[in-house]
Formats: sequence, C-alpha cells, structure tokens
Amino acid sequence: MNFDIFASTFMPLLAAFGTTIALTIFGFTFGQILGLPVGIALSSNSTIAKTLARIYTFVWRGTPLLVQLLIIYYGLPRLTFLKGTVIWPFLIAPLVCATIGIALNSAAYTGALVGGGIQRVAAGQREAAQTLGFSKWQTLRYIILPQAYRSIFPAIGNEFILVMKASTLASAIAVMDVTGAARSIVAQTYAPFQVFAVAGLLYFVFGSIAGQVFRFLEARRLGPIGPGAASAS
Amino acid sequence: MSPAARQATDAPVVTVRDVNKKFGTFDALSDINVELGKGEKLVICGPSGSGKSTLIRCIAGLEKRVSGEISIAGRRLDSDCANASVLAGVIGMVFQQFNLFPHLTVLENLTLAPRKVLKTSKTEADALARKMLERVHLSAHGGKYPGQLSGGQQQRVAIARALCMKPQVLLFDEPTSALDPEMVHEVLDVMASLASEGMTMIVVTHEMSFARSFADRVLFLESGKIVEAASAATFFSAPSHERSKAFLRKSFPGMVHQ
Repeated sequence: MNFDIFASTFMPLLAAFGTTIALTIFGFTFGQILGLPVGIALSSNSTIAKTLARIYTFVWRGTPLLVQLLIIYYGLPRLTFLKGTVIWPFLIAPLVCATIGIALNSAAYTGALVGGGIQRVAAGQREAAQTLGFSKWQTLRYIILPQAYRSIFPAIGNEFILVMKASTLASAIAVMDVTGAARSIVAQTYAPFQVFAVAGLLYFVFGSIAGQVFRFLEARRLGPIGPGAASAS
Repeated sequence: MSPAARQATDAPVVTVRDVNKKFGTFDALSDINVELGKGEKLVICGPSGSGKSTLIRCIAGLEKRVSGEISIAGRRLDSDCANASVLAGVIGMVFQQFNLFPHLTVLENLTLAPRKVLKTSKTEADALARKMLERVHLSAHGGKYPGQLSGGQQQRVAIARALCMKPQVLLFDEPTSALDPEMVHEVLDVMASLASEGMTMIVVTHEMSFARSFADRVLFLESGKIVEAASAATFFSAPSHERSKAFLRKSFPGMVHQ
C-alpha cells in the first residue's frame, strides 16, 4: 500500500471540505428555518395546516434523500414550463440544488421534532399564559417555543450531524464536496482505501467539533431549568 | 342564594348566572349562580369531583360551558371562551401546580405579561415586579429559576406574577394542595394579607380552618350543584344542609353542629 497517498490526498480534500461545511451549515440552517413553521403547523389546531404539514413530513421522510436530490437536479429541469421562471437558474447549479434538497429533507425531520417538542410542553403553561392575557402567538413565542426547543435541543444537535452525513449524497449530483472530490481522486489514483480514509477522518473531525459546540450550547442554555422541576431548595 | 349572602354594595365584580357545564354527557356544573362584590372573599368547597375546580376554571375562561353568563368587571366571557383575552388584567389565576415558566427567572416570570400584554416599559415592569416580590417575601429570589425554589416559594411567585397584572379578581384553584404541609402556611399567610388589603378573591380549597377565618362567603358544591351558599359565619356555625353538616364534621372533627 502506498502511504504517500494519505499525504497527497489531504490538501485536495481539505479544499473540498469548505463545500461540505457550507452544504452542511446552509442545509441545516434552512432546514431549521423551514422546520419551525412545519412543527408549529403539526401541533396547531387548524386541520388544513396540520394536514399539509403531515403530508409534507410523511412524503419527505418516507422517500430517500438521494432520490429527492436526483429529482431536483435531474428531474425538475426537464419540466420545460419552469424555463424562464425565477427558480430556473438555481436548478442548474448543483450546489444550490443539493442545499435545497438537504434543507427540505432536514425541515421534514426538524418539523416532526419541533411539533413533538411543542406538544410535550405541559398544558398548564398555556393555561397560565392565557390567564395572564398572552395572545396565542405571544404564548407560542415567549412560553411554548423556548421550552420546546430546550427539550429537543440534543436532538437538534444530532440533526446537524445527520445533515453532515446526508451532505455526502450531494456528490451524486456533481457536487465536489469531500465525498465527490474523494471519488474523483480515487478514479485517478486507484487508492480507494487511503483516499476514503482521509475523507472519513475529515468528516469525523467536523462532526466531533460540531458535537462539542452543541454540548457547550446545551450546557449554557439548558442549565438549571429542568422543565417541570418542582422543589430543589 | 340567601339575602344575607349577598352583601355587595355596588355592582358585582363577578357575575355567574345559570351556568351549565358538561364533560361529554356528565353534568359537571348545573345551574350555578354566584355574585361577588368588590373586596369580597368567596371560598368554594365540597368533596372531590364536586365541580369546584371546574367552576373556577370556567370563571377564568379556561373551560368552555354549555350555557349561562359569566362576566367579570363588566366584561362578558363567551361560552366557548373564544374572547378569553377580555379577562387580561381583570383576573389573576393561581394554579395548584404553580405553572411558573421554568425557562424564565422569577423576575422575568413577573415582568413578561406586563411588558408584552400591557406594553409596560421594562423599568416600570421591573419596579412593579420587585414590589410584588417584596409583598410575597421573596425579594432575594428574583434572579433564580422556578426549579431552584421550594414549592411554597414557587406558589408565592405565582401569586406575585398574577398581581403584576393588577387584576380586579384573584382566583385560586387549590393553591396549597400540591405543597408539603410545612409550606402551606406561608402561602395562606400571603393570601390572608391580600384579603386584608381588600382584594376580591375566589378560592377553591380544602383548608377549611383557613376558609373559616378568611372567607366572607362560602359556596358548598356537590355533584356540580350548589348545595349551600351562605355567609361564612352562617356556614361554619349553623349550616342549613345535611350534606354541609356532614362535610364540616369531617373537616373539623370534634366540633358538633346542631
């Protein structure tokens, strides 16, 4: 086995690492932004909102992300009526398609998380808010969501890692992320073990750092506030 | 209702007229009538499942009802409670389980509603909150989270939180039932001092000796119906109904009623 390849692969993969980081952070962030209204809709009293959100999470969680990415990148540009619309230029940029696909997928999972988190907030919290005169939206904004997010925070940290892993599928639609770059280097060097090992190491480092960041945030934000904590005098 | 029980001098603050409430087919409340004048203290008592909590929750706008009128300080509450927000700043509710907001400090618990609902400035809301904390003897605890306080302290914070909205009526739904015995008195003391300051209050409680010293009037419920509505003096010394007598005998063993 040629060990020099470990070293010579590292720099090109590190260059592609930026794409992986961007894909993960943007996919995760947009997934969180889209997931919030989905979660609110899932836990709302409106039948229409709830049904739409359920269909969305059911379809997006029930189909493989790879297929979703292939549809967005290869499928949508075949719909000729989209030509000339504002979304057309985005559909031919693989990185944009991958970000959209990952975000929509992550939003479905995040929506289910947020919806569950909202439903787990004790009913008494809403009652107290109502008797204090808060509107429904104020109750959601100041009372329910802060508690819901605290309870699902560890799962959101996990979702970040899952998005990072999911980003590897972007290489299937011509994105040169770490995985895509690794595959093209393998095609030139025929050294899959060394190249993919380096790629795996990069993901591992990224995931570990992200995990530490979330643990740090959790310790700070979720400090002494156990929900429903009774007496601790 | 006996004439003696109706002592309101001016227009009633709380009016409950012919209220009916069902849970499915079960009659939780039947034809309930109550009027409460400014500064009056009403205790609602009765055995478990008699509908006392349901009644106070109806008054607070937390339970829909089948029929009947509920109005507080002239604001009429729809029977489906869709307009419950008209009671903002009119009622204050204290729950058995405190229901403090666990993610906010004590001070934030007290200032959030004044700031967001009444649009009070932060400085003003903070000043009011500190005054109310002092009133419930918790000045030193403003920066703590509810989870760091004892049950009795949490319930006093809940009372202070309700007071920060300057309500015209305070409602208490079994405020001491979730507390350890040694913490009950600290909450009752605060309630008694509010009463002496002229606050209009409705209290659902099992603490009958407290009720006797605290209440102006008593409503005794059973199976969702008012069995007896009387002044506290009459109810505790000469209850007219057999059920009330039996209930009081259990509450005050050793006392004999005629």
